[in-house]
Amino acid sequence: MPSFEQVDFAYAAGRLVLEGFSLELPDRGVVCLVGPSGCGKTTLLRLAAGLESPHAGRISGFQGRRAAMVFQEDRLLPWETTRQNATTTPSSDRATEWLVALGLGDSLDRRPGELSGGMARRVAIARALAAPHDLLLLDEPFSGLDEDTWRGAVQRILATEEGGLTLLVTHVLDQALAMGATVVRLQGLPLRVVGQPS
Amino acid sequence: MLVGQELLVPAPSTVVTTLVGLAGTAQFWQVVGWSLVRIGLGFVAGVVAGCAAAALTHGSRVADALLSPALRVVRAAPVASFVILALVWIPTGRLPVFIAFLMVVPVVWDNISQGLRQLDPQLLELADVFRLGWWEIVRRIRVPSLVPFLTTACATGMGLAWKSGVAAEVISRPYLSIGGELQNAKVYLDTPGVFSWTVVVVALSMLLEKLLRVLAARWNRRFGSAAPGSDPGSVGRPQREGALDAEL
Repeated sequence: MPSFEQVDFAYAAGRLVLEGFSLELPDRGVVCLVGPSGCGKTTLLRLAAGLESPHAGRISGFQGRRAAMVFQEDRLLPWETTRQNATTTPSSDRATEWLVALGLGDSLDRRPGELSGGMARRVAIARALAAPHDLLLLDEPFSGLDEDTWRGAVQRILATEEGGLTLLVTHVLDQALAMGATVVRLQGLPLRVVGQPS
Repeated sequence: MLVGQELLVPAPSTVVTTLVGLAGTAQFWQVVGWSLVRIGLGFVAGVVAGCAAAALTHGSRVADALLSPALRVVRAAPVASFVILALVWIPTGRLPVFIAFLMVVPVVWDNISQGLRQLDPQLLELADVFRLGWWEIVRRIRVPSLVPFLTTACATGMGLAWKSGVAAEVISRPYLSIGGELQNAKVYLDTPGVFSWTVVVVALSMLLEKLLRVLAARWNRRFGSAAPGSDPGSVGRPQREGALDAEL
């Protein structure tokens, strides 16, 4: 099982984001991390993705997994089209399918500069979902999307995600409920678990 | 007293007449053509070498310690010193190529190095998470990020290459060269000739600059990216400190 054991982490000396942090996660299913902004949720996702290394403690159960991530920012390549941006594998078929599923079928050949904020967000979501993965990290993935759009996206995600672990960071409790997520309540700094259903 | 002294400053009409006369000869076009070939060759080689040098100094501390000071010296040294030094060991026909090359390398190196330093770390993280191979990172992230820096370098480098290349021709006087013709005109006190060839140099310089600008605009449009220093829109370039809160 993926887990954090007594993990310490800091970006700057003297300002610990995680201090002796422990959390056990299920092998599969959706876990939603809820907590005030700046409490360290994104850092937790970054550690799970292997983008940061813990200064102390152990993080296990993530190494063998293939991660896909929707970052807090869209992180689209401004010089690539929607289709190219969503493609991270040799074939662009799955990327195209996901873009069409998320309502971007008319914008496949447009560049990020020509997209609205909500459209760019959906490209970032399509990129993560089209990539082969068994660990899906979603950092406020639906920010900037209206309710109909994110509910539609949630349905598509639930219909296709199977077997893997999804970590969702969101402020909107409805999104966690729609995803059928196990909610883990967090507080910070430093990050600690304040509520976890048995 | 100075009126009619064509030796000092020729009348514009005389310059025009001389130019028209020159442009009618096949040799004029050969001279212009060969100068363009020489300087163009040096320019292209300089761009390639400048990019390679930037990749080296960015990637290796040893290369940085060895190459960077040398390139800074080259950038600061006067063209004439190099021409005279190089005259000793380089055949006259190739000297302008070498000088143009030498002027372009540090400019391209400087710009590309800057581009490499300013590469968005967020995009590299993206590549890391999605397991893009090194070639994919080069092709999809590194090269397109550098395009605006390269176009700026080329525009500056072209002007330098052209002017220094002609100066090198003046000193080394290769057969069929604008600089050689300039020098000849000077030696024979043919002031209208000097002015005419200068007009040719200026006109070609402007033409090349225009050409490069059109090409650069097309490239930038193709890659949809902004000029260096400006905000490229959806991808920010956060400083470490500022990014801290967003990452928590």
